[in-house]
Amino acid sequence: MDVNTNRRIMLTGNKAAAWGARLARAQYVPAFPITPQTEIVETLSRWFADGTMKGKFTNLDSEHSMFSAAAAGAASGVRVFTASSSQGIVYGLEVLYTVTGWRVPFVMVNVSRALATPITLEPDHNDVMSTRDCGLIQLHAETCQEILDFVLMGYRIAEDRKVCLPVLVNLDGFYLSFTREPVLLPDDKAIAAFLPPFAPVQPVFQASRPMARAPAVFGGGNYMFFKIQHHLAALQAAAAFTKVAHEFGARFGRFYEPVEPYRLEEAEYVFVMSNSFATKGKAAVDALRRGGVRAGLLKLRLFRPFPADAVRNALCGHAKVAVIDQNLSPGTGGITFPEIVAALYEAENRPQKILSVIGGLGGKDIKEEDFLAVIEHLDRPDFKGPLFLFNENDLTQFYKLQRIAS
Amino acid sequence: MSDTATTYKKIKDLNRDELIAPGTPLCAGCGGLEGLRLAMKVLGEKVLTVNAAGCFTLLSVYPFTPLRGSWLYTTMASPVPAAQGVRDALDIRLQNGMAKEEDLQLMVVAGDGSTYDMGLSATSAAVHRGLDFIYFCYDNEGYGNTGFQLSGASPFGSATQTAPSTDDHPAGQELDKKDLFEIWKAHRPAYLATVSPREPMDLSNKFAKAKAMKGPRLFICLATCPTGWGFDPKDSLVMAKLAVDTGIFPLKEYIDGKVVHTRRPRKRVPVEKFLERQKRFRHLFVPEKRADLIARIQSNVDQYWGRYE
Repeated sequence: MDVNTNRRIMLTGNKAAAWGARLARAQYVPAFPITPQTEIVETLSRWFADGTMKGKFTNLDSEHSMFSAAAAGAASGVRVFTASSSQGIVYGLEVLYTVTGWRVPFVMVNVSRALATPITLEPDHNDVMSTRDCGLIQLHAETCQEILDFVLMGYRIAEDRKVCLPVLVNLDGFYLSFTREPVLLPDDKAIAAFLPPFAPVQPVFQASRPMARAPAVFGGGNYMFFKIQHHLAALQAAAAFTKVAHEFGARFGRFYEPVEPYRLEEAEYVFVMSNSFATKGKAAVDALRRGGVRAGLLKLRLFRPFPADAVRNALCGHAKVAVIDQNLSPGTGGITFPEIVAALYEAENRPQKILSVIGGLGGKDIKEEDFLAVIEHLDRPDFKGPLFLFNENDLTQFYKLQRIAS
Repeated sequence: MSDTATTYKKIKDLNRDELIAPGTPLCAGCGGLEGLRLAMKVLGEKVLTVNAAGCFTLLSVYPFTPLRGSWLYTTMASPVPAAQGVRDALDIRLQNGMAKEEDLQLMVVAGDGSTYDMGLSATSAAVHRGLDFIYFCYDNEGYGNTGFQLSGASPFGSATQTAPSTDDHPAGQELDKKDLFEIWKAHRPAYLATVSPREPMDLSNKFAKAKAMKGPRLFICLATCPTGWGFDPKDSLVMAKLAVDTGIFPLKEYIDGKVVHTRRPRKRVPVEKFLERQKRFRHLFVPEKRADLIARIQSNVDQYWGRYE
């Protein structure tokens, strides 16, 4: 199809991710399928096979191998794209830790899916959260448009001379990966102006430039030097995000901030959410506002580096905040919650109440009644949380299932 | 490649240049390092060495590298797919007009731990894909870098830290060594060979042959190991000679669908001569000689050569 004009077409989340790679002119895609991202690599496979995309598509034998190939390809001077989910992400997690330290740029998409055990297919965020400490940059997409845009922006951020780190773009499995939404495909020429061909700022492997990369480092001080350097690079990604987002907005008309405030004006209650269920949160905010409840929502887009300043600025001055985590660290609660609290701790006018809420595990729907329950619990001074969005009815349904087995 | 392979006839023909500088923290008498040193003389400087976790990871410790060529440390199980990524990227760049002189020969360097065990799956896939690379396995028959624990390459009757000889398990390792040559051969690689640091002409000619080819070219190098096997470093090459002369380590190559033995010991030295000099086999002799276990080792060797005699 003709991409020389702005065209709005219906795309699933997966197709939007594939289009992002195509428009970015990714040259190398090492791939391995896993539900619910498989459609991404199948689409790219066809495009490379029929010559639509130029470069190479290689089927790898596991995600551990795939991430190794991706980073090694980037270290050898080509623009790389790959995708995974859930079990695949954690299977390759050793390599993700390894290759972020290589300081090479590439973009990977994670289509979120809850982790075994129990084994399942539907989404939650434990998989992407497992990567939060490995040193890559993380963007979370709510819509199919955001997916496409974040992949394009992701290459600019990753390849920034002060960053040189992989960028992960997250999208929810099933709810977004297989759901079609209208997506504006930017003009080819405009993309070429925004995202020129990959020009590595690091030396890349070639005969004229012998080098040793990623050798052993001994001595705690020496190791720590590299990790502090890594941290500084990750922090630079925040500045890079802002700069790139500003240029992206100027060229394409969509301006992205690290966080998205939704109806925070005079909000007494704020939901903090990310990814596709933020759409449900916004709908709940609208319904609550219609009922006279001053609710609002703060959506996280940039997750690593954590946008602490933006979070603090958005949430201070609001009385009650619920952090809705679609993930769980058993024994403590939601994973985003402590990061939000840490960002707020020293602020003078921080919220009086910050509640940890856990919902949507294994793709469980979060309904309007759940948001009402959150509001109700925010109003109870004695309730400490975490609040699990799992009620009597859910338990009854489970017991019914259990009785079939017994 | 249309180059014909160099043929080395005498030691004097070998490259006098050292492409691995001395001074690395590897053990004195490491047979694997001697093998790699000889191989590098054939392959030259335009090599990217892709490394798996193991003894040879210590070749490059920041801020040093002993190599004229390039080096990339990966993980224990994924040097081969990393090599795939480099190869694919260089091929893309060549197609886009990068000068041929900038191309690199990829060589994975891994111990038997990565090769026989953790990395076998990824290697299998890459050989199946026909990846154009060289694989150099330095086989010291155990996980050496961590203090010599059992690996799939540990031979029957050898003691390791995780399969020690006890009254209940007198042999130590009770399994036979995994036959990696056969496993790799079943993948029909472009070239496959065993090499010994004590046979520089044999090794050099095999690498010369491999250098002139494309596709997966796989090497298993006998890595006599003073530290893990328990003998004086100065005897490293004596041990290598015994490994070949007893028939325990066959020198062979697989090319054009056929296996050829490149050095065939005419009258094999009894395996005992090899075993008695190493601490890892000491339990076969002390406190009492275990003739039954030694006989089993001898029998394995006899059976192997019986197929070719």
